[in-house]
Amino acid sequence: MAQVIEQGRGRARGSTSGRASAAHRHDGRLALILITPAVVGFLVFFAYPTVRGIYLSFTDFHVLTPPKWVGLANFRELVGDDVFWHSLRVTLYFVLLSVVVGVLVSLVTAVVLHRLTRSTVIRALILLPFLISGVVAALVWSWMLDPQLGIVNVVLNKLTGHTVMFFGTSAWAIPSLALISVWKSMGYNAVLIFAGLQTIPATVYEAGRIDGASEFQMFRRLTVPLLRPILVMVVILSVISSFQVFDIVQVTTKGGPADASNVLQMYIYDKAFSQFDFGYAATMSLALFVMLIAITFTQMRLARANESDLN
Amino acid sequence: MSTATMPGRSTPHDTRTPHTSGSARRAGFSPGRALAWLYIAGVVLVTIFPFYWILRTALSNNYALATDPSSPLPVGFTLGGFERALGISSVAEAQAQGGSGASLDTALFLRNSVIYAGVLTACIVFCSAIAAYAFSRLQWRGRNAVFSVLLCALMVPGILTLLPNFVLIKDLGLTNTFAGMILPGAFFSAFNIFFLRQFMLGLSTEIEEAAIIDGAGPLRVLFRITLPMTAAPLTTLTMLTFITTWNDYFWPLLVTNDDSVRPLTLALAVFKQSSPQAAPDWAGLMAATLIAALPMLLLFAVFGKRIVNSIGFSGIK
Repeated sequence: MAQVIEQGRGRARGSTSGRASAAHRHDGRLALILITPAVVGFLVFFAYPTVRGIYLSFTDFHVLTPPKWVGLANFRELVGDDVFWHSLRVTLYFVLLSVVVGVLVSLVTAVVLHRLTRSTVIRALILLPFLISGVVAALVWSWMLDPQLGIVNVVLNKLTGHTVMFFGTSAWAIPSLALISVWKSMGYNAVLIFAGLQTIPATVYEAGRIDGASEFQMFRRLTVPLLRPILVMVVILSVISSFQVFDIVQVTTKGGPADASNVLQMYIYDKAFSQFDFGYAATMSLALFVMLIAITFTQMRLARANESDLN
Repeated sequence: MSTATMPGRSTPHDTRTPHTSGSARRAGFSPGRALAWLYIAGVVLVTIFPFYWILRTALSNNYALATDPSSPLPVGFTLGGFERALGISSVAEAQAQGGSGASLDTALFLRNSVIYAGVLTACIVFCSAIAAYAFSRLQWRGRNAVFSVLLCALMVPGILTLLPNFVLIKDLGLTNTFAGMILPGAFFSAFNIFFLRQFMLGLSTEIEEAAIIDGAGPLRVLFRITLPMTAAPLTTLTMLTFITTWNDYFWPLLVTNDDSVRPLTLALAVFKQSSPQAAPDWAGLMAATLIAALPMLLLFAVFGKRIVNSIGFSGIK
């Protein structure tokens, strides 16, 4: 980030040369006008709610009456709340499944596609699910995975003689949701990774080929290390979005059966809008927020995201 | 994120330029390549099949679906599903074909979605563009400090602001209004400002400086020169914002509970809940799903290539 700002400063200085600099005398007033909408939006709908969210997490608040300061009571409740910890485990399981499977499939697809063809049409086709809403994705998959009439179960029944209650059994609920999530995001991640592959110079692979490296060795020793910055970005984006999964859960399982897919966002929504316990819901949001920040920074650290081996 | 240090001089189309020589890739037939093509065919099939299945089910008779669930073609071909989804079949007709009698006022929800996504997209892209100009072209004290503060929002996931923003909209008495749905997202987007500023920094300043020397004011430069030269990334952001807003579910769910302003995505989820649990009207549901996805599919048919390139582009930045 600092580099970006530095660069902006350098360029700006360069452009103030000569007669043009006179024209910049009144820039301050105009700049103020131009950034006002963005700054007001930032203050009113981002900074203020962030501060207020943190404040609300220390209060007892039921929307209709003013918030009452209760100190750490919500946090104590959180520590002893079995449903919260269960939700967290369920969410982590979902994140793990959808991110690991999703990123692996996207990576393999992008690499294979990059070796085979530059066709934008194929990339556009696999991107299709990214354009539709989670609600639409959840609806079509709940139809295809329907226990009696769903095409997946009909085929399964013909092959194995069994059907699977994908959304109706505890063991299958999260994997089924992860399947929808992977299906929906795979194309987007693959297109991002594909763009990263296009930045790797061919000379790297030619050198590898001359040294007698096999296809797989080149993938492991060249492609993956050189792709690291974009892979880290894809992983971080996937983790953040799957931690906040909501729409596909609400349309398919509504958190069931028996809390088996009661992900955090679902539990927060339920606390706030079914039980009107906004203070506690705010506390959980804050906890989720802190976790996401911690995970993001750890991942960036671990992967040394700022360095690309290309430079 | 962190790879964002290169100046945005290139246009989205540059990312398509092959960096590798084609000779190695045109190496004729080999078992490995056949296997690779097979894999890609499989991926494309899994991606596309559900869309076909939506169409196939939407054109079926809901009662007949049970008789031949694996038929690759519509079972008992009828447009009844669409009629129920659009609310133009009578209750008796709907029930005869397995509908619940509940209908979806698709025209109304479609209008709501267009207003919600259209107005929000227009506002946020415009506000981001003028702010990006102030951050990349104008000289003023505190410019980089203000930019750094705004950029913090890139790091913060939306979860923390959702509930307090709902309380704010409720305090303002704006629940169940378009204003309540649109306002929080209409003025500020850290990503948009960052993305456009990067692009503007990469543009040559020569033309702008020539215009300034010719006596054009900065405002004139912004609207006559900088913004037209930024047309490509502006189109990209417009499309991406429109898609995201059209598909948004959570925020409209929080601030609306009334059909008069509900967007289609949300109404569709409600329609699913009104369908009987034991024997849902799958044909009607899939018809409604197809109608909800149609604008995105059309956008895709027209701009598909451009969307692919711009996503790759935004990733590298």
